[in-house]
Amino acid sequence: MTVINARSVDEALTALRDHPRARLLQGGTDLMVEVNLQRTSVQDVIALRQVSELRRWHVDEQSRAVRIGAGVPYAELERNPLALHLPALAQAARTVGSPQIRAAGSLGGNLGTCSPAGDGLPVLSAMDAVVHLRSATDSRDVSIHDFMLGVKRSARRPDELIVAVTLPLLDGFQGYAKVGTRNAMVISVASACLIHDASEGSIRLAYGAVAPTVVRARNAERWLAANAPLRGRPVFDRALASEFGRRAAEECAPIDDHRSTARYRRHAVAVLAERLLLQASGYGASREHTT
Amino acid sequence: MSTSTTTRRRGVLGTSALRPDGLPKVQGRFAFSSDAWADNMLWGATLRSPHPHARIVSIDTSGALAINGVSAVITADDVPGQLTYGLISNDQPVFARDVVRFAGEPVAAVAADHPETARRALAAITVVYEVLPALTRAEEALDTGTTPIHPDGNVIRRQRIVRGDQSFAGDVVVEGTYDIGMQDQAFLGLEAALALPDDDGSGVELFVATQWLHEDQKQIAACLGLPLDKVRLTLGGVGGAFGGREDISLQVHCCLLALATGRPIKMQYGREESFFGHIHRHPATIWMRHHADRDGTLRRVEARVLMDGGAYASTSSAVLINAVTHVQGPYRCENATVDGYAVRTNNPPCGAMRGFGVVQACFAHESQMDKLAAACGLDPVTIRLKNAMRTGDRLITGQVVESVAPVERCIRETAALPLPPELSEHPDALQLPGGSGRTARRNNVTRGIGWGVSIKNLMYSEGFDDYATARCRLANGVATLQFATAEVGQGFVVLAQQIARSVLGVDTVLLEPISTAIGSAGSTSASRQTWMSGGAVDGACRLVRERLFEQVAREHHIDPLRLTIDGIDVIDSAGDLRVSVEDASRGLVIDETFEHHHRATEELDENGQGNCHVAFAFVAHRAVVDVDTELGLVKVVQIATAQDVGRVLNPLAALGQVEGGIAQGLGLAVMEEIVLVDGKMRNPSFTDYLLPTALDAPEVVVSMIEEPEPQAPLGAKGIGEPPCISVTPAIVAAIRAATGKDLARVPVRPQDIVFG
Repeated sequence: MTVINARSVDEALTALRDHPRARLLQGGTDLMVEVNLQRTSVQDVIALRQVSELRRWHVDEQSRAVRIGAGVPYAELERNPLALHLPALAQAARTVGSPQIRAAGSLGGNLGTCSPAGDGLPVLSAMDAVVHLRSATDSRDVSIHDFMLGVKRSARRPDELIVAVTLPLLDGFQGYAKVGTRNAMVISVASACLIHDASEGSIRLAYGAVAPTVVRARNAERWLAANAPLRGRPVFDRALASEFGRRAAEECAPIDDHRSTARYRRHAVAVLAERLLLQASGYGASREHTT
Repeated sequence: MSTSTTTRRRGVLGTSALRPDGLPKVQGRFAFSSDAWADNMLWGATLRSPHPHARIVSIDTSGALAINGVSAVITADDVPGQLTYGLISNDQPVFARDVVRFAGEPVAAVAADHPETARRALAAITVVYEVLPALTRAEEALDTGTTPIHPDGNVIRRQRIVRGDQSFAGDVVVEGTYDIGMQDQAFLGLEAALALPDDDGSGVELFVATQWLHEDQKQIAACLGLPLDKVRLTLGGVGGAFGGREDISLQVHCCLLALATGRPIKMQYGREESFFGHIHRHPATIWMRHHADRDGTLRRVEARVLMDGGAYASTSSAVLINAVTHVQGPYRCENATVDGYAVRTNNPPCGAMRGFGVVQACFAHESQMDKLAAACGLDPVTIRLKNAMRTGDRLITGQVVESVAPVERCIRETAALPLPPELSEHPDALQLPGGSGRTARRNNVTRGIGWGVSIKNLMYSEGFDDYATARCRLANGVATLQFATAEVGQGFVVLAQQIARSVLGVDTVLLEPISTAIGSAGSTSASRQTWMSGGAVDGACRLVRERLFEQVAREHHIDPLRLTIDGIDVIDSAGDLRVSVEDASRGLVIDETFEHHHRATEELDENGQGNCHVAFAFVAHRAVVDVDTELGLVKVVQIATAQDVGRVLNPLAALGQVEGGIAQGLGLAVMEEIVLVDGKMRNPSFTDYLLPTALDAPEVVVSMIEEPEPQAPLGAKGIGEPPCISVTPAIVAAIRAATGKDLARVPVRPQDIVFG
């Protein structure tokens, strides 16, 4: 077993080219669990902990976007100033594991593992994030929607490193909620992210743990756009929100497993969608609504 | 006041004396069993069956033996003594020989130079199985047509209780069927042991995390085919037990490998293996019918109790007895018709866990009491007060409750504890159901209040003499105590020191290693060590004190009966003599050993009649919960409890037991369950076997009811189990109150609330 301690993205990419079967180790919160459960026999490891480029983020005011390095830990996403720019992502980050896990885990890991229960992924989906991939020979940008292919399957090639994601800076409500069977440190039974783009006049809803990948409720989004004005500070009544939730739930494909049942997950998605839309209603009109 | 300050500093009984293992534990310096290490040691590992039921066609170990670094591979063929072990009946194989009866059953073990080598060796063993149909439903095990999965048959024990009028029908009748899921002890310190073979290979020394050294010793020696004195056990650092260390896990394997290789063997389970390596709480289905007068007076209970014991007997028969004999709850009732079964299935074996059968019974009887209250138009408190048991009442077994039985006081004092404040207008979502997932707002939440009251037996039952031994040596003002009492986290080590300081007037109390070098202390279970080992330490210290008094009396020509201990001095109660214990014991070595036995008990007869229990403790719980009724998520806001403790010997330790037990009972109420599908565990990890976190733990308000128990050596009842028993039904009752749902099963899952 070889452990390569990369000090830069370039070093990591060269190592990845030379060791195509190597596992990438960032926070280790997924990989080490696999190793401990002996489901993975690790041959070579490329450790990214010392690659400082992956742990940086910056706001580009020109393009109204935030670029977040794949190794920025959740502990940083959940706090200001990033939390002010991306409140739903901050909320998703707060639901990840324990403080220890949040100090180590990162969006790069969520994307690399590509579990439908990955806590950050609904936010990336609802915000139409772009994933930046690099290899020793090329680089490419992939839409989050094209990146996630199935349960723990992504568009990342073995020689590629996820270096960053870019999310837009938007005006309007951003909310995230996650259902689990205990009040903290729990794997998602169902989660949802709702993003309001006030200037474009759209509402986007993505949900986690209720289909093979994180998915968008596109039909529900279209139905809402056709039935409510969405620019500025829209107000939604309970009946509309409830119908939105009902429609959103129709678009998921949950399963029964040891964590919950398909029936409950579908129900939970409807409730979360309804509640998030009601929170978005009149958002920004007064400070109370922001709490 | 200065006296009491001095007293507190001395750490005598009644003070929150600091435990000797406390600081090392919080600082990470405490040596747990898994930290044990020896030069030249090898690592042991266990191969387990992936099938819940299969015939072993062949085992080929040659592949493993061919691996460099592998020193031994052992199977059932290598067990020199008894091939099976067990706490009550010897029905569980050291290694499966012909048949595996649960997924996770040990088939072989290896010793290698490194854990990774050991893992590879396990992978290189070829076992050919012929998979058999698995019996995984307890009800099917009772069918006479079902093929027995064990030579001893599928029914481990049946026990009826028949008392009073068997045809009595009440004016008010309520019934229900209740299910309890399989809970795990989930102790944090995983199973671990270090075995050191004697130089001549004639015996072995084992350092192990266990609950009862002498019982382990007996079972290990029988399997090794060695006399008892050739198997010596010392307690390794134990990180929790809760019943899960009563049965043998890796002890015999570890010793066998040490004897086979002639080298020290270390074995330790990871978290996943731990779920397969120890027994669990019995899942149960309990049907009950309560008969009462119109005014709510309980007149008759009927019950059918079915407990799934899993593949091997473990303590199933005793757990069943506890369930059926506690099914009336802490209420007077003269007529009873109870039928109970513990059966074998191809599910993982079940045995002891905190509450030991009473947890299951309590969920059923307390759910029934609420139904009865509703049917009689009474509130939950009134119906319980109306029927509350008192000292002198007869149980459905015919046994008279001689213990202090302050049931009414438990209920009244619990009711008097303050309720939590109402939710504020804009609460932090983190404090609402759903917690960090921030799923709820104030208007999604409904509050409910529920009650639970319980009775729990203390010590072992049915004629078993679970005595405890302790030795005390006094020299130059320093007391040294020796006992085999397993310190599993409960704090007996500090209690023993407190007893010695109080009885002998010493400050320094040293503790010998906890080992089989002294007589048995019995198991650290059944809420029994404060009573039993506390009684033994107290007895040994009193014998030493008598001899000290004799010595002082001789020197001063007075009657020793006039002497007493005052603080750290021996004083003459009828004169002026005052001499410090340190001075009085200078140059002396006083060494005494004492065995404490509780009073004798009897076996139950075929009608379930007999004085089978030693003593009882009582507790009441009131739960306040907030429920997000639409999502079915629960936040337990507060638990109020008044517990019958006899006497508080260490307030901090007592509070720890109460708070910890409540967290464990909360776990069973709303999240903790081993999920089995066709006999296979689906969630053997802390990722998916959910334990309460700090955000799930409620505020706990406590009233300790101190009515000293005359039977108990220190006036103190055991306090370990009661906190976790009636809190579960109290929480479920509170969820019912908030939702209006029936909720006849624990743990209550979100989908049960939403769709139930």
